Amino acid sequence: MLPQVVMIQIPYYPGCTLKNKASNFETSALAAARALGLELVELPRWNCCGAVFSLSSDDLMRHIAPTNIFLRVQEMNRDHLVEDEYRLVTFCAMCFNVLRRTNQRLRESLEDRNKINDFSYLETETYQGRVEIVHLLELLRSMGWDKIQERVQKPLTGLKVAPYYGCMLLRPKDVGIDDPERPTILEELLRSLGAEPVDFPLKLRCCGSYQTVPNKDLVADLAYDILSRAQKAGAEAITTSCPLCAFNLDFRQKEIQQKYPMFLPIPVFYFSQLMAIAFGLPQEVFGLAGHYANPKTLLATKGYLQATSPLEGG
Amino acid sequence: MNELEKDMLPQAVMITIYVLSRQYHVPAGSTILTALEYAGFKLKKGVGCREGFCGACASLYRLQGDYKLHGGLGCATVVQPEMQIVQLPYTPAPKAIYHLEELEPVPEVFTQLYPELYRCLSCNTCTKICPQDLQVMDYIQAAVRGDLEQAADLSFDCIQCGLCSARCPAEITQFNVALLARRLVGKYLAKKGKYVEDRIKEVEASKFTAGYQELQDLSPEDLKKRYFERELNNLIY
Repeated sequence: MLPQVVMIQIPYYPGCTLKNKASNFETSALAAARALGLELVELPRWNCCGAVFSLSSDDLMRHIAPTNIFLRVQEMNRDHLVEDEYRLVTFCAMCFNVLRRTNQRLRESLEDRNKINDFSYLETETYQGRVEIVHLLELLRSMGWDKIQERVQKPLTGLKVAPYYGCMLLRPKDVGIDDPERPTILEELLRSLGAEPVDFPLKLRCCGSYQTVPNKDLVADLAYDILSRAQKAGAEAITTSCPLCAFNLDFRQKEIQQKYPMFLPIPVFYFSQLMAIAFGLPQEVFGLAGHYANPKTLLATKGYLQATSPLEGG
Repeated sequence: MNELEKDMLPQAVMITIYVLSRQYHVPAGSTILTALEYAGFKLKKGVGCREGFCGACASLYRLQGDYKLHGGLGCATVVQPEMQIVQLPYTPAPKAIYHLEELEPVPEVFTQLYPELYRCLSCNTCTKICPQDLQVMDYIQAAVRGDLEQAADLSFDCIQCGLCSARCPAEITQFNVALLARRLVGKYLAKKGKYVEDRIKEVEASKFTAGYQELQDLSPEDLKKRYFERELNNLIY
């Protein structure tokens, strides 16, 4: 019998990709969070965060999009959709990075804040830096890894997973969720799920990011380096928190296989999918259909999926 | 009528407005269109239904002591003292050519037909100028993330006046994107109303032919009588 959980309601920003290509990230993360007593309430109105934090210091226009999102959190409090809850949870590493860096800039600069507030005169409130951007992984860590462990019903014993951090969760240092050189947060999560984290030297290497559009070949090479080094270290799967990293590492395996015929495909999971599996949640929230490298064979071999039930999860 | 009687007639209160930077005195309470006509402009473009539906009379104006640029429909906006006005009857805009039958209701439609959509900065300038008070940025952002239903829903009252597109710093053609979203939703995603199919069958089975014939045979006087006596509440849609 699972302990009774008290639900906490926190505003949640999905971002565009989680409504499209990475819908399996959203489905699994929302379900896993709910299992831990976190009801993540989607902002009633939201816009794209901008995807990449603008580095130009004099182009405030680029920072309006994230500011709109912060104002929606204030509105949720005003409208009692949440009660005195100014944390905003994201799963996507890129949204997280843009939102937290913009928030940092606005908190530090009254002049920027005033300019944006003045420009956004249709808004019913102004933004003064009150919102706190939180990545789901940080929220899990603050709950305590033992709490995660308590919720596990099907420990992922014997599953060797290489955590891949990429760039956006950790850098720059003052917005990162963990040590930018020696992060452990994904390892801690994997351990509490019963899996075996596999350390490998390229876990912080850039996946190639948006180069995947104009320069597939370059990204295939970068992904090949990352994936094959993880495999050499003994990994059977990769886990990440970034939809773009996941896309590059997973879907570029097609090009990798053409270029490097000896390469064996390796499944790439969002950390939330592994949580949903370990928590024993219904199979339809795993989102296993949205993958290139087939994750089902590995999971079935390990006994995490029932071979008799249809495997076409969400 | 003597001079005294003339003085006792109610006088129109006149106000000063500026059209294309020239000063005119027009009756207070006029709409922009009637004020323009009072001032002697003969409107051939920038005027349409005069009922707020067609979107032909988009106007830009500024008010005294206010830096904001406002948008409004010429037929539905009342002039104010010292108002500066210009009409914008047409906004040059890219319009994608497509066959609806060959499209799918998927987010990639926008990538192919209106790729500039993704330049949206979420600055809300479009929403500020919209004379229909639509949440223009919200429907554009819905399109950005591929939510066709929300894009169609939020843009439903768009009359394609073009002001959003003229003001957009990302040079998006909001109203054409919205039109595409509504067409896709209408064709592929919206729930089909069975009553429409049923009614079409009834029309084809000549159910209403006799009724129409009866109306056509009426004299204009009798037709008017029938029109004003009709029972609105009993109409079945």
